[in-house]
Amino acid sequence: MDVEAAKMIGAGIAALPLAGAGVGLGLIFGNFLAGAFRNPSAAAGNQQTLLLAFALTEFTGLLGFVIAMLILFAV
Amino acid sequence: MILTLTVLAEEAAHAAEAAHSEGGLPQMDVTTFPSQIFWLAVTFGLLYWIMSSLVLPRLGAAIEERRDRIADDLDRAAESKRMAEEAEAAYNRSLADARAKAQAIAGETRDEVNAEIASLRKDAEDTLSSKADAAEARIEEMRRTAAAKVREAAADTTRAIVEALIQETPADAAVHAALAKAANA
Amino acid sequence: MLRQMAAGPMEQFEIHPLVPLTMGGVDVSFTNSTLWMWIALGAAIAFFGVATRSRALIPGRLQSVAEVFYEFIADTVRGAIGPEGMKFFPYVFTLFIYILLANLLGLFPTIPGLPHTFTTTSHIAVTASLGLLSISIVIIYGFYKNGLSFLKLFVPSGVPIWLLPLVSLIEIVSFLSRPISLAIRLFANMLAGHIILKVFAGFIISLLGAGGVFGVIAIFPFLGIIAITMLEILVAFLQAYVFAILTCIYLNDAVHAGHH
Repeated sequence: MDVEAAKMIGAGIAALPLAGAGVGLGLIFGNFLAGAFRNPSAAAGNQQTLLLAFALTEFTGLLGFVIAMLILFAV
Repeated sequence: MILTLTVLAEEAAHAAEAAHSEGGLPQMDVTTFPSQIFWLAVTFGLLYWIMSSLVLPRLGAAIEERRDRIADDLDRAAESKRMAEEAEAAYNRSLADARAKAQAIAGETRDEVNAEIASLRKDAEDTLSSKADAAEARIEEMRRTAAAKVREAAADTTRAIVEALIQETPADAAVHAALAKAANA
Repeated sequence: MLRQMAAGPMEQFEIHPLVPLTMGGVDVSFTNSTLWMWIALGAAIAFFGVATRSRALIPGRLQSVAEVFYEFIADTVRGAIGPEGMKFFPYVFTLFIYILLANLLGLFPTIPGLPHTFTTTSHIAVTASLGLLSISIVIIYGFYKNGLSFLKLFVPSGVPIWLLPLVSLIEIVSFLSRPISLAIRLFANMLAGHIILKVFAGFIISLLGAGGVFGVIAIFPFLGIIAITMLEILVAFLQAYVFAILTCIYLNDAVHAGHH
């Protein structure tokens, strides 16, 4: 196979973790909202944790993105 | 849509080509690292110095001053409120005093008036009852006098009737006995 | 024809020296990246200089914004580390402001005739330096404050002894991955946002170049750029905040190493 084409395919595969990160972020915010609707008074105190969880989850997706970029442009 | 995708693919391919011709991702170009890190250190250090020695103390002082001022104002407001409450209590107290005094005066006056009324009534009653007693005594007197006169008149009549019947003057004692007997019958 | 018009999406990240400089044989040229670092610094100085000029009891608009930042970061530090963490407050505040301004300034479109906008935080060298700086402070302060008992961080209590080597290994790897995750999160967020913006901009140019009805369709990627720019402003704030709060949480380990 052409190496360029293989790179393109590889970059596409490497971008797949973004799907998982998307699902994870949806779960985080959905669950936060569900909890916040049940107990709105406790929601404000957990916003920091929410953003932290967001950042940590997003990181897994970003790793895939960076790998895709490296395959496309750096290797 | 297909066009967009084609364009995107062309973009990517072109970008990849361009990147390859220039030696890959600009972020991976280690020759620029020393310059970036050096200037980052300079600017970050400068910003840190400015923040820690100038900006943050000023901001913190301003916030602190405002907090103190607000706390002071709140204290003063609480003090004013306490004073107002005291004044209100004093006012209420004097009001209650005045009301009690007024009530006392009114009670006194009422008692005085009542006493006067009672004494006047007593005087009037005394006068009236003495007059009634006198009148009663006079009435009794008059009745006795009248009864005596009636008895006298009856005795005279009796004597006159007896004289006319028997031409003899009866004794007084007999006449009176007969009258008493008749009155009792 | 299109290819000549549309610049590659990676071109915006290129660094070229404006004033070549070497120091001790190392190339420390004044580059476009350097220029935007100084612009960020200048913006910070200008903003906070004006904001704290009057130190009014009743704050003006700028002073209010500056105080909001102050209270926000102070609450974050106090919440994550506790009152004894306030000695790190200037560092966390500087970190937040520096990253925030670098992110936001990079979102400005290039004004024709002026130097191209450049996001200094879209370079791994910058973000990795900041991440290493944070983690160095954690390590140095941790050993300074706790001595060797700082190493207890890697020995969680209540773990069975036969599992301890494995858990310690995981803890050490997780500790070492902290600066990497700090660096890559910020770098990749900025990189991704700007690449998407540039790709959409490339669509517009391609569609306009095609002419006719395609020129009308070009409005859609333009609307997309507007939406993504708004999202990127949010991300700029969020990533600056995340960097600051994660730094606070790591510092908390150093301050309270004994109670782990």
